[in-house]
Amino acid sequence: MTARPTKGGALYALPNALWLTLFFLAPLLIIVAYSFMKKGLYGGVEPEFSLHAYALLANAGIVKVAFRTLLVALAATALTILVALPVGYNMARSKNQTLKLFLVIVPFWTNFLIRIYAWIAILGNEGTINGFLRSVGLVSDPIHLMYNQGAVILVLVYMYLPYAVLPLFSTMDKFDFILLDAARDLGAGKLESIVKVMLPNVRSGLVTAVLFTFIPIFGAYAVPLLVGGKDGYMLGNVIADQVMKVRDWPFASSISMVVTFVSTVGVLLFLARQKRPGISKEQAAALAAEAAVAAGGGR
Amino acid sequence: MNGSDVTISRVGKSFGSFAALDDVSLDIKKGEFFSLLGPSGCGKTTLLRILGGFEVPDEGTVAIDGVDVVGLSADKRRTNTVFQSYALFPHLSIFENVAFPLRLRKVPSKTLTSRVKDYLSLVQLEAHADKMPAQLSGGQKQRVAIARALINEPSVLLLDEPLSALDAKLRQHMLVELDSIHDKVGITFIYVTHDQGEALSVSDRIAVMNQGRVLQVGPPHEIYEDPATDFVARFIGETNLFRGEVVRSEGLLATVAIPEVGEVLVTTDDPVPALSQVSFAVRPEKIRIAAQKPAAARKDLNVVKGHVDEPIYSGFQTKFYVRTEKGVTFKVFKQHADYSDKGPEIKWKQEVFLSWSAEDGTLVEVARP
Repeated sequence: MTARPTKGGALYALPNALWLTLFFLAPLLIIVAYSFMKKGLYGGVEPEFSLHAYALLANAGIVKVAFRTLLVALAATALTILVALPVGYNMARSKNQTLKLFLVIVPFWTNFLIRIYAWIAILGNEGTINGFLRSVGLVSDPIHLMYNQGAVILVLVYMYLPYAVLPLFSTMDKFDFILLDAARDLGAGKLESIVKVMLPNVRSGLVTAVLFTFIPIFGAYAVPLLVGGKDGYMLGNVIADQVMKVRDWPFASSISMVVTFVSTVGVLLFLARQKRPGISKEQAAALAAEAAVAAGGGR
Repeated sequence: MNGSDVTISRVGKSFGSFAALDDVSLDIKKGEFFSLLGPSGCGKTTLLRILGGFEVPDEGTVAIDGVDVVGLSADKRRTNTVFQSYALFPHLSIFENVAFPLRLRKVPSKTLTSRVKDYLSLVQLEAHADKMPAQLSGGQKQRVAIARALINEPSVLLLDEPLSALDAKLRQHMLVELDSIHDKVGITFIYVTHDQGEALSVSDRIAVMNQGRVLQVGPPHEIYEDPATDFVARFIGETNLFRGEVVRSEGLLATVAIPEVGEVLVTTDDPVPALSQVSFAVRPEKIRIAAQKPAAARKDLNVVKGHVDEPIYSGFQTKFYVRTEKGVTFKVFKQHADYSDKGPEIKWKQEVFLSWSAEDGTLVEVARP
């Protein structure tokens, strides 16, 4: 038996610890601190303890946006998973896995914002769809496809689809498809065999996919800003407005704390419901960290 | 439970340009233990997958009890499959694996529990009901797969090389167990294997396949003693096979001239005229090996002289590779039927005489002039 080296471990983790402290923990603590301070006159904070920023949360408008954000995030996550499941299945059974994997990854080469603008070019009043509908004479006035919740959900699904497809594909790739034959053989229908045999065996991928999409979507900022209009406004936009326009940093911080709290608690509840650990502790920690980042940063 | 007749007629199946099955017809009887035997790639697994409803044939029909099932998917057929890799559901316990088909049919829980217990006891696994598949050994997994396949009371059980993942001793044991399960449930078993020993020992009848075709169908002894083609003769057991020409024919006794051996006498089922091109086979265990030339002046005895090239002792028998004067090698098996503490009588490089009677050889392929 060889003993595990115990001395080096902490040392090797040091750069990572420094990095996380500097760029993750410190900003997070700053936000926590700001949320308990008074707002400065032209932005910034007055270093004085106050719960005012939390009192502002009880505003009906904020609660409404918070619920809308939750609903949009749940709907977009559910749709993303529904689309990602057959895509992952197809990739896992495909002979051209490399090509298909490549196709899933290609959009990442284009800037996030440019991809959103591409959707504006598709959905806008002068966009591709309306142009086509007008040219075939189906409509005379453009139909409004943009600036509503539907557009936000559609673009969010598009943006976060790869984050769901990749973990699903990687677990499905390891799935023994003969099990589906066995289920069919024993009397299960096509869908039944997938639900009863395949899904339970790719659960870890499913859990990862749900978390990887729900958390960033919950903190989404750019998509609702650009395609959402007034109806599509989400918490991420309220935070940005408080920082940039209203210049109430403590309020922005307290809303951020809510987003962090909801995503972290959501993740933990979701993981606790998984009877068997579909996901490792390290993964859970990474995801919790991501939840915090999504809440703080958002894009 | 009752077995079904399975009628396969003129079935063909290609994958791209590869013909996996070519005009295959078989009549499998109710309750039969029927084996599909052949080397890998011969089409036997494709045929089994067609019977199970996992593949659709390009041509031909498959009927179970006279009803065409080609259009039916696997879940609509009264066939169940034991897969080569067991295909147990890793997320379900042994109990739930076996209960799976019953849960799909929403069988009430009381009936379900007792049925699952019955089938687990059929394969002697009652004690393991609560374990997960990963906790079982290969042989145990195999038995779970069998119980799970039988609990739906299929009329035909399809077994796809079910023992190939087990070690040799366990394989023998499972073979006996399979045979006794077959006796108990009485349904039709269709068993795919590339192992001729397995097929010979449990089957009522065997179909030998190669390159997508069925070469011979018959009971094990017939396949072994009267192979229909050179391929079957070589594939089943070991044999000494030579090409030759019939030079004389007197009733059912033919004399075959084999360039590497000389003239050989052989009895035939039908008269075979002179000038027929034939292949002649004699099994190694039917040849006697002796240091002295046999004294008998029997007219129907074939005698060949040679030297022992290689004696391979294996306890119950010795395998001899004997090289004749004309340079061909005969395989000869000598059984050690009697107790002996003297050590081998026949040694390496020794001169020996091989002999067999005309009845012990057989003509495999016959091309009449």
